[in-house]
Amino acid sequence: MKADLSNPVLMKEIKLRFRSPKSFVGILFYLAAMSLFVIGFMYIMTQDGSSGGYLDPAQSYMLFTMLTFIQLVLVLFITPGLTAGAISSEREKQTLNMLLTTSQSSFQIIIGKLLSSIAFLVLMLASSLPLYSIVFLYGGVSPKQLLLLMFYFLLTTVAIGSLGVMFSTLIRKTIVSMIATYGSVLALLAVTGFLSVFFASLSQGGTSPGAHLFAAINPAVLTASLLAPDSGDFLHGMTGLRWPIWLIYLLVYLIVTAVAVFVSVKSLRVNMASGK
Amino acid sequence: MIETRNLTKSYGSFRALHELNLEVGEGNVFGFVGANGAGKSTTFSILATLLPPTSGDAFVGGHSVRTSPAEVRRLIGYMPDFFGVYDQLKTEEYLDFYAASYGIPAGGRKVLIGQLLDLVNLSEKRDAYVDSLSRGMKQRLCLARSLIHDPKVLILDEPASGLDPRARVEMREIMKRLKDMDKTILISSHILPELAEMCDEIGVIDRGRLLARQSVREIHSMMKGDRIITVKLNGPAAAAAEFFEERPFVSAISRDDEAGEVTFSFSGSRAEQEELLAAAAASPLGIRSFSEEETDLEDVFLSLTKGGGAQ
Repeated sequence: MKADLSNPVLMKEIKLRFRSPKSFVGILFYLAAMSLFVIGFMYIMTQDGSSGGYLDPAQSYMLFTMLTFIQLVLVLFITPGLTAGAISSEREKQTLNMLLTTSQSSFQIIIGKLLSSIAFLVLMLASSLPLYSIVFLYGGVSPKQLLLLMFYFLLTTVAIGSLGVMFSTLIRKTIVSMIATYGSVLALLAVTGFLSVFFASLSQGGTSPGAHLFAAINPAVLTASLLAPDSGDFLHGMTGLRWPIWLIYLLVYLIVTAVAVFVSVKSLRVNMASGK
Repeated sequence: MIETRNLTKSYGSFRALHELNLEVGEGNVFGFVGANGAGKSTTFSILATLLPPTSGDAFVGGHSVRTSPAEVRRLIGYMPDFFGVYDQLKTEEYLDFYAASYGIPAGGRKVLIGQLLDLVNLSEKRDAYVDSLSRGMKQRLCLARSLIHDPKVLILDEPASGLDPRARVEMREIMKRLKDMDKTILISSHILPELAEMCDEIGVIDRGRLLARQSVREIHSMMKGDRIITVKLNGPAAAAAEFFEERPFVSAISRDDEAGEVTFSFSGSRAEQEELLAAAAASPLGIRSFSEEETDLEDVFLSLTKGGGAQ
């Protein structure tokens, strides 16, 4: 465990990431956009004068829901950008060969790359927490709900980040790796939704495990189910099943992470015994 | 320390490396000479465990690159021909990263980095960003990086390429210091004289085959064994040519009547040369001057490879 804590690649990446003003400007813009949204929302909601300058719990919950979906989009679209160049950019900058001839294990290098990207996203999410606290000020949301959402955002980041690192290990060019990673995010968001509806329509009103599974691994469906626990009823009406979405999502994303990290570690260095 | 056995690398039908057999003993410096694309970098990449051989095997310190690449990596310091640096790191941080990559404990790194920067004359650049260094400095920094885990074997691919003459001299000085540190070094260049000064042995590689290998001492003795002497005359060249023709150790006489010059090859000792020239000066040939030509290292080596010196 100590070796992982002092991962050289992780330390180097964090140093490089936080030395570049780009990262801070990115966080600044993100927070500025979020703040504008929150202030704008509150302004509109308190405009008619009937509320006496307060948000009622329902309005507060609506704000929370909107903030959460904005965060989800952030996680889904920033993670590929942070990870899809992890290995391929080292290759393009001609630093990879020197990294590979050190005595670091392939696992150490891959995990260092993955953790450094996730660390940045965690910082972004954490920096937005004060904005969430406005929601708590007006009530309507439990801290447990927020923690659960944050956990699933982290899980989603780790899984998509692993896919990004995997593509950047397998594909030589960063740009192609980016396309592949954004493509898989799009697949998770849109293709799973389409397939779910497709399978549901095939089952003609009977139970449809396919439709349920595809719906359960869709990040938007999961987020909705965490925000509104009764949304399970909607899915039940569609697929005839009551399998817990959070469990399916957890298992599938953990498996995706494990497979992606395994493939990355195995293909980072050439197999010297292969004889090709 | 380094050994290759029938090392072959093919890309489809193209053979980048053809049954290369090579042995470099501990503490030796072996220079690899060859044109671009001759197979130098391919050999080095295989030894650095970055490229799997098609057939054959290579060993470093007895460890096969095929079966125990991790052990090989611990033994070698590798400097590729083309490399990049992490721009936003300072020189010290750059080396610290690689030190950590080799598992060197944080406590010992500061002293070690100081020593290495000293070795490659970059001490005053300790706090400079790597990006701001000149090409020669980056090259030296990369060399320091390859030394960070005190490897027994150094694999240096064209360490002096792209450097100006001054930087080349500096690089050569560092190589000499490394040699004194008893490292086994495999170094490549497409410029032979650059290598001759720092190598024990030189091998010529062309189109994936090792054409010749020769110890530098042998090459030098060959150069000293045969000297080219030119004599300038006030009198007729024909008479002088006749005079030298009858003398021992003299061969390959040629004369230029117009310029009044006679040139010949002399294989005797220094003392015998002195004797010959004294006799010639005392004779009534009308000698104006003698001059001895330096044999070009490259000429000697090329004649070696042409003469079927291949092993």
